[in-house]
Amino acid sequence: MGNNEKEPMFSAKNMKYLTGPFSANNPVIVQILGICSALAVTVQLKPAIVMALSVAVVTGFANLVMSLLRKGVPSRIRIIVQLVVIAALVILVDQVLKAFVYDVSKQLSVYVGLIITNCIVMGRVEAFGLGNKPWPSFLDGLGNGLGYGLILVIVAFFRELFGSGSLLGLHIIPESWYAADGGFYSNNGLMLFPPMALIIVGCIIWVHRSWKKDLQEK
Amino acid sequence: MESLNIFIKSIFIDNMVFAFFFGMCSYIAVSKSVKTAVGLGAAVTFVMLTTVPLNYLLYQYVLKAGALSWAGLADTDLSFLTFIVFIATIAAFVQLVEMVVEKFSPALYGQLGIFLPLIAVNCAILGGSLFMQQKVDGGELSSCWHSIVYGLGSGLGWWLAIVMMAAIRERITYSHIPAALKGPGITFIITGLMGIAFMIFSGIQF
Repeated sequence: MGNNEKEPMFSAKNMKYLTGPFSANNPVIVQILGICSALAVTVQLKPAIVMALSVAVVTGFANLVMSLLRKGVPSRIRIIVQLVVIAALVILVDQVLKAFVYDVSKQLSVYVGLIITNCIVMGRVEAFGLGNKPWPSFLDGLGNGLGYGLILVIVAFFRELFGSGSLLGLHIIPESWYAADGGFYSNNGLMLFPPMALIIVGCIIWVHRSWKKDLQEK
Repeated sequence: MESLNIFIKSIFIDNMVFAFFFGMCSYIAVSKSVKTAVGLGAAVTFVMLTTVPLNYLLYQYVLKAGALSWAGLADTDLSFLTFIVFIATIAAFVQLVEMVVEKFSPALYGQLGIFLPLIAVNCAILGGSLFMQQKVDGGELSSCWHSIVYGLGSGLGWWLAIVMMAAIRERITYSHIPAALKGPGITFIITGLMGIAFMIFSGIQF
């Protein structure tokens, strides 16, 4: 911690840990981590936001705790220690969600539990938390969680807008547009099915890599 | 008949990859060649076949509300411990499998290499156990035999998906794909299209 006292808490270097994962080092579309447990919660915006925040909290604190423990844990058993730490954090998050937003927690069903095996959490602990000081580790975890959340929110935005014509449960598309009322519009039911989430992520990768050419595969 | 329905449903309709996105990380990372895909698929199927029934027994006789009545503790509800117990079972079991394989078949151990420990954090495995818990609560799985069938089916579904994907990816190396889509981008889109194709299975019942 000695070095940290001289360095300001929000120095440029530390902020980079937080903001890097938003685009150039995004966990989902660049590192291809953590797709597993999440795309199914993107049918609507609200569960996606709750999921994003839960993951950000878990990654942040898992990184913090493992960074504090990094000198005391032999590397042979570190995986199981990590799993226990992460599982304990996820149980906390799950209980909080059940207590305060019960309906969303029902919608998320098994996906809250699956944060445990979300590769982002484990990946960041392995790649960063075990080798760095607690505060940068916390920022790195939080940043990666939020970068992941960003993709979730973008996917959920498109799926909810085109799939059910609403955002956060509020109707956006005017009723008079719908074919039932003599209009020209109808919702794209395909958006509500799981495969569309994958196709949207594919398109996000496409747009992102056309913009950042250095990420393209040769 | 019921077991057959569970089996078909878990392979095709509720396919781990196409319907729930489980195990996507290793699915994308390891589907570059058919040979490794077959190896990983086999390992995942084996671990699912064993951990789902193990976790079923734990849930049914220890964790569920009132499950401890055989020990005279009918009021105890330990279901909040589900996550940690399931993941501990899985991690311990994977460790065990790793040690057994290393001891008795060093050749296979060398082939599987890094994949073996990675299975512990494959979401398809934990996902299978968590869905099993949900199905037990919903009354869909009512015996240990059903949980064995469910674990086997889910594993086979994942295996099928990754082998199919690897075969397609071996082919697309020869096609012209926009530079920005190469690699993960096109993989996502193909998986999505395969998922749409798999939707035709919904509703199959015997």
